[in-house]
Amino acid sequence: MTMLQGFQIALHALRLNPLRSFLTMLGIVIGVASIVTVFAIGSGAQLRLQEQIRSIGANVLMITPGAVYQGGVRLKDGSKLTMTEGDVQAILEQIPEIQAAAGSLAGTAQVIHEGKNWNTTINGTTTGHFMVRDWQLASGRYFSGGEESGAGKVVILGSTVARELFAAGDDPIGAQIRIMKVPLEVVGVLDRKGPAQDDVAFVPLSTAKLRFLGSASNINRDSVAYIIAKVAADGQMAGARSEIESLLRQRHRVPAGQEDDFKVQDPAAAMEAQQGAIRTVALLLVAIASVSLLVGGISIMNVMIVSVTERTREIGIRRALGGRMRDIRLQFLCEALVLCLLGGAIGVAGGITLSMTVARMAGWVTSIDGEAIGLALAFSIATGLIFGFYPAHKASRLSPIEALKTE
Amino acid sequence: MSALPLISLRSVSRTYRTDGVAVTAVRNVSFDIAQGEIVAVMGPSGSGKSTLMNMIGLLDLPSEGAVHLEGANVAELSEDRRSSLRARSIGFVFQSYNLLARHNAIENVALPLVYCGVSRKERVVRAEQSLQAVGMLHRAHHFPRQLSGGEQQRVAIARALIASPLIVLADEPTGALDSRTGAEILALFAALNRTGQTIVMITHDPGIATQCRRTIRLHDGELVSDETVAELLPRRSVAS
Ligand SMILES: Nc1ncnc2c1ncn2[C@@H]1O[C@H](COP(=O)(O)OP(=O)(O)O)[C@@H](O)[C@H]1O
Ligand SMILES: [Mg+2]
Repeated sequence: MTMLQGFQIALHALRLNPLRSFLTMLGIVIGVASIVTVFAIGSGAQLRLQEQIRSIGANVLMITPGAVYQGGVRLKDGSKLTMTEGDVQAILEQIPEIQAAAGSLAGTAQVIHEGKNWNTTINGTTTGHFMVRDWQLASGRYFSGGEESGAGKVVILGSTVARELFAAGDDPIGAQIRIMKVPLEVVGVLDRKGPAQDDVAFVPLSTAKLRFLGSASNINRDSVAYIIAKVAADGQMAGARSEIESLLRQRHRVPAGQEDDFKVQDPAAAMEAQQGAIRTVALLLVAIASVSLLVGGISIMNVMIVSVTERTREIGIRRALGGRMRDIRLQFLCEALVLCLLGGAIGVAGGITLSMTVARMAGWVTSIDGEAIGLALAFSIATGLIFGFYPAHKASRLSPIEALKTE
Repeated sequence: MSALPLISLRSVSRTYRTDGVAVTAVRNVSFDIAQGEIVAVMGPSGSGKSTLMNMIGLLDLPSEGAVHLEGANVAELSEDRRSSLRARSIGFVFQSYNLLARHNAIENVALPLVYCGVSRKERVVRAEQSLQAVGMLHRAHHFPRQLSGGEQQRVAIARALIASPLIVLADEPTGALDSRTGAEILALFAALNRTGQTIVMITHDPGIATQCRRTIRLHDGELVSDETVAELLPRRSVAS
């Protein structure tokens, strides 16, 4: 008897009792669906993080405001803009490992082009920002020196904003858009970097200060919200970081023993750590889902043992008509395998549906990869073989004469 | 007959041991069966007829002595080889038909060929021929429960014949049938034998035994007589 015939016999037997077959494989269905879903959510979260890490660029340090003391009271981190354009200049000039650096001020506003408008992040910065983040232009140009120093009325759009404001085939370069009633000329459109990054519009830092934040009196004319800096090589990250720290302590006159009023972070490293944590949690959840698979396997074994007992006479007949022990074993093993594979397939479909539902309802990014599906199916096959073997072996060992005598 | 006997039993005994108690179901039995014979095995209930047939059919092995099929000692064959021989060379017919309830007639008839490695297409063709031979082709797609006892037994005989076996072994094939249907089944066996099919048939109905040329009688596991009549008693179906 061939494997194919084994599967045909198995399908025939399972079709006779569809409800029982389905209930038998339910444990496998649930186990596989859980594994696929957990993988989809886990790898979706990882993809998102990876995208963020990529979008920051390689070897980037980020300097944000830190602890601020006012009359001995520690204020919330970032409640005061402690960094300045002077700091950016000093970092660029005095620390040799730094290739590029830029300060930014950011807020959200409505951008308007003819009939269309879109709410997005407005980032006031310098061309250095794009150097730090290795962010290329899809078309147009970066800011000119004159525009940077003279508060030029120009804007560089992220690809999402360009798509939202301009019809396909409409060239944004040279067009006029308005932000907070200020007309600006689009001089550049950036390459795509990822959905979370592309929803942005860049203006020169001086423009942001003069035209958008001009009336805001709480901001020092020289302030920036954060600084990003690019380090030349991976191995120089730690050195550059401590040099920036001592430079800024000195410039900000932080007394010895007091906490810095700034923080230097390596966002990629932080995210990588986060990624590791996600992986750990996902593995834990997969382990829990595997328990369901184990329970499913035991349920299949249980039903198979009952089935062998119920069909003892059939086994006797098959043996008398020339079925070898291995044919009987193959027949019942195929039944267990079909149950597990069918359960696995239903579970994969269920898991895909579930993770897509989660993605839609919770807004999470999920990603279904072939690897997870392959793994889940491999688990199902292994379950079928492991838990199907004993009943199949038992069936093959029955004495044909005894089996023929049973009712 | 100068040729090698199809089946030969030499001092065959079969002892069952249950809970330390030994029951000898067959004791020191020897006989040969030649190609083309039809043999009735008679004896009271418990005399060892089924045990004997299981050994001839390679389902069981003697405790002592030897069973030879076409000269080969079956005890020396592997279990797999004996299974293959059952598929190709032995056709079983049981008192209780033993059709698979969840398969229709043609699937039941084709079953031995599954274990002979015959392709699906050829299985169907041969199963149809076999059903035709027992007059059951019109019931090919009926399930056992939709058939009468006599019809089920005809399907079972078609199944026994499908692989063109060396020998058909029937264990009280009419035991569950009324006398008229039983007579029809018997006529079917007689007709098969006239085409050269070797048949061994267990029965405790002396009327049936008289229609077989040779009768072996068992009592308490021992062979008490082995008679061959020169000419059969007047039989109902004369055509030959
Ligand atoms: N598996 C077995 N275990 C123990 N005793 C058995 C077994 N099979 C048959 N016997 C005994 O062997 C004897 C012959 O049985 P059997 O061959 O079935 O007789 P028959 O077919 O002539 O009625 C009986 O006494 C029966 O109880
Ligand atoms: Mg009997």
